[in-house]
Amino acid sequence: MSALSRTDAAEPASYLNAGYGLKSWLLTLDHKRIAWLYFISITGFFFLGGAAATLIRLELLTPAGDLLSDNAYNQMFSLHGIVMVWFFLIPSIPTTMGNFLLPLMLGARDMAFPRLNLLSWYVFILGGLFTLTAVVAGGIDTGWTFYTPYSTMFSNGAVLAAATGVFIVGFSSILTGINFIVTTHKMRAPGLTWFRLPLFVWAQYATSVIMVLATPVLSVTLVLLGIERAFGIGIFDPALGGDPVLFEHLFWFYSHPAVYIMLLPAMGVVSECIACFAHKRIFGYKVMAFSILAIALFGFLVWGHHMFVSGQSIYAGVAFSLLSFLVSVPSALKIFNWIATLYKGQIRFDAPMLFALSFIGLFLIGGLTGIFVATLALDVQMHDTYFVVAHFHYVMVGGMVSAYMAGLHFWWPKITGRLYPEMWARVSAIIVFVGFNLTFFPQYILGWAGMPRRYHAYADEFQLLNVFSSAGAGLLAVGYLLPLLYLIWSLRYGARASANPWDARGLEWTVSSPPPVHNFARVPRVEHEAYAYDQPQ
Amino acid sequence: MTSRSNRTTVIIAHQFESADQQLDADLLGMWLFLVTELLLFSGAFLAFSVYYHQYSEAFSAAAGELHWLLAGFNTALLLTSGLTVALAEQAAVENNRRATLGLLALTIALGLAFLALKGYEYHSEYRAGLIPFLDQPFAFDGPDPIHAMLFYNFYFTLTGLHALHMIIGLSAMGVILVSGYRWRDRHRVARQVRIAGLYWAFVDIVWVLVYTSLYLVGR
Amino acid sequence: MIEAGDPWQLLMFPEAASSISSRVDHLFWAMVVTCGLVVLLVFVLLLVFSIRYRRGSRADRTPSARLNSNHWLEIGWSVPVLVGFLVFFAWGAVLYLDLYDPPAPADGNVREINVIAKQWMWKFQHPEGVREINDLHLAVGQTVRLRMTSQDVIHSFFVPAFRIKQDVLPRTYTELQFTPTKVGRFHLFCAEYCGLQHSGMTGEVVVMSPPALQGWLDRQGQTRTPEQDGARLFRSYGCSGCHAPDSSVHAPNLAGLYGKPVPLANGTTVRADAQYIRDSILLPSKQVAAGYPAIMPSFQGQISEADVLKLTAYIQSLTEQETDPP
Ligand code: HEA
Ligand code: HEA
Ligand code: HEC
Ligand code: CUA
Ligand SMILES: [Cu+2]
Repeated sequence: MSALSRTDAAEPASYLNAGYGLKSWLLTLDHKRIAWLYFISITGFFFLGGAAATLIRLELLTPAGDLLSDNAYNQMFSLHGIVMVWFFLIPSIPTTMGNFLLPLMLGARDMAFPRLNLLSWYVFILGGLFTLTAVVAGGIDTGWTFYTPYSTMFSNGAVLAAATGVFIVGFSSILTGINFIVTTHKMRAPGLTWFRLPLFVWAQYATSVIMVLATPVLSVTLVLLGIERAFGIGIFDPALGGDPVLFEHLFWFYSHPAVYIMLLPAMGVVSECIACFAHKRIFGYKVMAFSILAIALFGFLVWGHHMFVSGQSIYAGVAFSLLSFLVSVPSALKIFNWIATLYKGQIRFDAPMLFALSFIGLFLIGGLTGIFVATLALDVQMHDTYFVVAHFHYVMVGGMVSAYMAGLHFWWPKITGRLYPEMWARVSAIIVFVGFNLTFFPQYILGWAGMPRRYHAYADEFQLLNVFSSAGAGLLAVGYLLPLLYLIWSLRYGARASANPWDARGLEWTVSSPPPVHNFARVPRVEHEAYAYDQPQ
Repeated sequence: MTSRSNRTTVIIAHQFESADQQLDADLLGMWLFLVTELLLFSGAFLAFSVYYHQYSEAFSAAAGELHWLLAGFNTALLLTSGLTVALAEQAAVENNRRATLGLLALTIALGLAFLALKGYEYHSEYRAGLIPFLDQPFAFDGPDPIHAMLFYNFYFTLTGLHALHMIIGLSAMGVILVSGYRWRDRHRVARQVRIAGLYWAFVDIVWVLVYTSLYLVGR
Repeated sequence: MIEAGDPWQLLMFPEAASSISSRVDHLFWAMVVTCGLVVLLVFVLLLVFSIRYRRGSRADRTPSARLNSNHWLEIGWSVPVLVGFLVFFAWGAVLYLDLYDPPAPADGNVREINVIAKQWMWKFQHPEGVREINDLHLAVGQTVRLRMTSQDVIHSFFVPAFRIKQDVLPRTYTELQFTPTKVGRFHLFCAEYCGLQHSGMTGEVVVMSPPALQGWLDRQGQTRTPEQDGARLFRSYGCSGCHAPDSSVHAPNLAGLYGKPVPLANGTTVRADAQYIRDSILLPSKQVAAGYPAIMPSFQGQISEADVLKLTAYIQSLTEQETDPP
């Protein structure tokens, strides 16, 4: 690339300065710019969901329902759950870092279907608009689970608009998933065999498989729900002999695999960070790759563990419990292998590593409490209590969001060409870790003692721990607002990053930071396995 | 950019190395998409079979009211259109412009005929009072009308969903017909017809499933 | 108990007040200890490695053949995990089956209570006919079986001190059996989100000594039992017109029906439990008894859930009379 027609001398040509107008962003087919479109939109959704969480925690400071009306509270946690799950966490790592890095890691010039990639962002935004409409037009009060018959026959909220939004955003997931799978299969650079792929790619691949196989079931379930509510075409309606428990089955058939959509990308990111900052090959690479696939596939067999007290057959419950235990074994394996990677490493504690280490600790606790709720007799007590709320925030926020932060900091120099202020980032990692535990650990105790979830007012004896939890949420808010500030700051004032500031391995670190428009001037030829930290880059 | 140099023969998008790679990617993408579509229908079929198992009497009786012969004729129409689109693909590969366009048009015509007959079927069901929603009077007089309603709900949902997919497929073929009329890049047309044909085959298969499970099983 | 003192004691060791509570607690604490040890192990390893192998430290890093992959090590830590998991799975499953498929109590004495949930209250009816809303009075040591259904959406019956929970579904009966073992007042929560006042759908389970319960029941005044009500309804809804022994209609005799297997017209056999009777009344053509014409009309929309439960109690009592005649 020698043509410097539009760039000033200080700034090397890159995808960032290839065009400046709004149009050059909104109609771009470059996977790196599309990643930015997603970055900006999901950040918006994260803070929207976070604002709802803030209101939830404020309400729960006192046992009485005083700050919000019961209706407003119900709308808050529904909005919080829907926005956080479908509009932040599911797209989070795949659509941003996945979009940005997958072609780079594969040595490709772009995704297989750049147009489809842009389309899926527009579909995402369309779905988001529907959901926001629902918020304005009466709100949605069904929880993120949309259980019938409440959602179809009883709720007064804008269920249709919200369900349509989720339905539409599902297609965005599907399109992204198809694009990733095809890209991984067909666009690998010469020499890049399957077992030379970075684990991040494996994780994206497995995630995409789940997106493609599970999301359509959610779509059709929402269609059935929608026509029942809109036209009275009863499918789950008990008055016609329909079965609301069938809805639960269909919903969880998607939503349990979906929790692994929210976990596997995190495992990919953490593997990259651990290897880089321990400066060592990932321990047991193949086992790590296969365990990702195993989690993805066996994850389809355990949905019934959300329904142990729903009235499904108790023998089905026993089978689902056993399968849930089995699906946890590969996760255990991964935790131990990450630790083994540290052994005899050269460990550095930059901010991405701090986030990655907190991922391990928090996911461990979240996963182990997942084991508690997978234990039949214990789930009878814990189902629909704050124990479950704590479990999933540990895996989703402690796990996935920590990994998202790890990845964001790790690749920030690559994405923007700027370094972020390291000290602030470490401070933020520590605040998030402390704030997180203060927020959610008390909820385990609350749940065990019997405090039900989705309660706007609660019994007096639960207040003490709720106050801790709300205080922790305040700290957490600081921890998440800090990066927003210093990352934006770094866009302008951060020091310029070299092509490989962390001395990491991987094709993405061989191109300049930020990368040129077409990624690679010449298609690279791969001769090493991933994580060749014993060789110079 | 490689794509510019050999534009006259085959247009390759910039991210690909070769036309083969591009075709491979397109086909894999389409297959994956069809998998998702199949799963979409299978969710509804799953629900249907759960209820069929519970209320098989009512469902069979309700299915008896459907026009299975008419729908059988429709099945034949649709399968024929599957054949014509396959022939169109063949013709495109052989660079036979007239045959390609003619067969495509025939496929579209058959599809429209299917939809017209389907519309007639809906109309006659409306006249017979078999629509259990939208505040229509429900005049089914077999046993267990409540669960018959459930059956008709499935009937209209599944056939409606299928009709929607037909409309999507027909529009896609319409676009190919119009854009391929000038016959600028035959490889491109061939690729498009192949992908549309794949989709159309899927629409056929789903119809066969719909036909057997709604009209025939339990007769 | 609701008015207990020390909040920590209350939260960490919630009141255990049913025959199953302490068994659940044992499992819970066993898991807390095991998982706690795992967490400790992982955190200690993280800490030790982090310090020892921090960049620039002088720790020994001689490479070995097994440094990057060692299947024996991987198997070595997966198998104990698997074994540990299987132990907890089995322990939890056995307890769960005991809870949801319980053996009849030794004295054969089960107190059956009808529960109807609706947005946003709990309605109970005692076998003596006494009704209450949101509160439920029980006798310590006496086994209770709840027969529950909902008039609208899904609710869930949850008494944390008893370690029990069961969703309550519309048009379906779910059952729950337990034995309170402590006198006191315990929270009753609705655990399944059911709309606006979900968090207000709470009550208290009041456990008393058996004589105290008797006294309480007596004080509620004279009421008819569900069977008596059911017998009256059986006539007023016109059931007796077909089902009375001397009726000219060819309809099954309902005495002795409850709990027995019933051959159906489609060749299968079902057990005549409460759900079957409910469906027979509201959706008669769903399951037609073998050898009878399918002429019974549907009473859907005409008979409330409460009346269906009373009719069921009556039909059930016909069986009890038959097995031990007065
Ligand atoms: C990222 C998301 C995520 C992830 C990864 C998980 C992971 C797991 N989840 Fe979780 N779960 C949710 C998100 C997630 N979950 C959500 C959102 C809900 C609630 C939805 C709602 O109702 O709103 C939920 C609810 C939920 C329930 C239903 C609870 C209820 O409603 O009653 C259950 C029950 O089995 C469960 C189980 C599990 C299990 C077994 C795992 C396993 O995959 C965990 C595996 C990991 C480990 C086990 C840790 C590592 C293990 C070791 C280091 C070995 C230790 C060794 C010994 C103990 C011997 N989850
Ligand atoms: C998927 C991701 C995800 C994430 C990231 C979070 C993040 C958080 N969640 Fe969320 N949560 C869910 C998913 C998630 N949650 C789901 C699925 C449910 C179930 C919903 C249901 O029942 O249907 C749930 C339910 C849930 C409940 C239970 C409500 C109930 O049952 O009654 C609570 C209560 O404490 C809670 C708290 C929090 C907190 C404190 C955070 C924090 O981590 C949030 C931190 C972020 C911030 C604090 C933002 C900081 C920014 C600001 C403060 C700016 C605000 C601006 C203005 C106020 C203008 N969540
Ligand atoms: C018009 C006559 C008629 C009336 C009125 C009627 N039934 Fe029936 N009932 C029948 C016939 C015939 C059957 C057997 C066929 C069937 O199972 O549908 C039957 C079956 C039953 C069964 C299942 C019995 C078995 O052996 O499987 C129950 C329970 C029952 N009825 C209860 C009631 C109750 C309660 C009412 C009133 C609310 C009622 N019936 C009113 C005719 C009637
Ligand atoms: Cu009733 Cu919640
Ligand atoms: Cu799950």
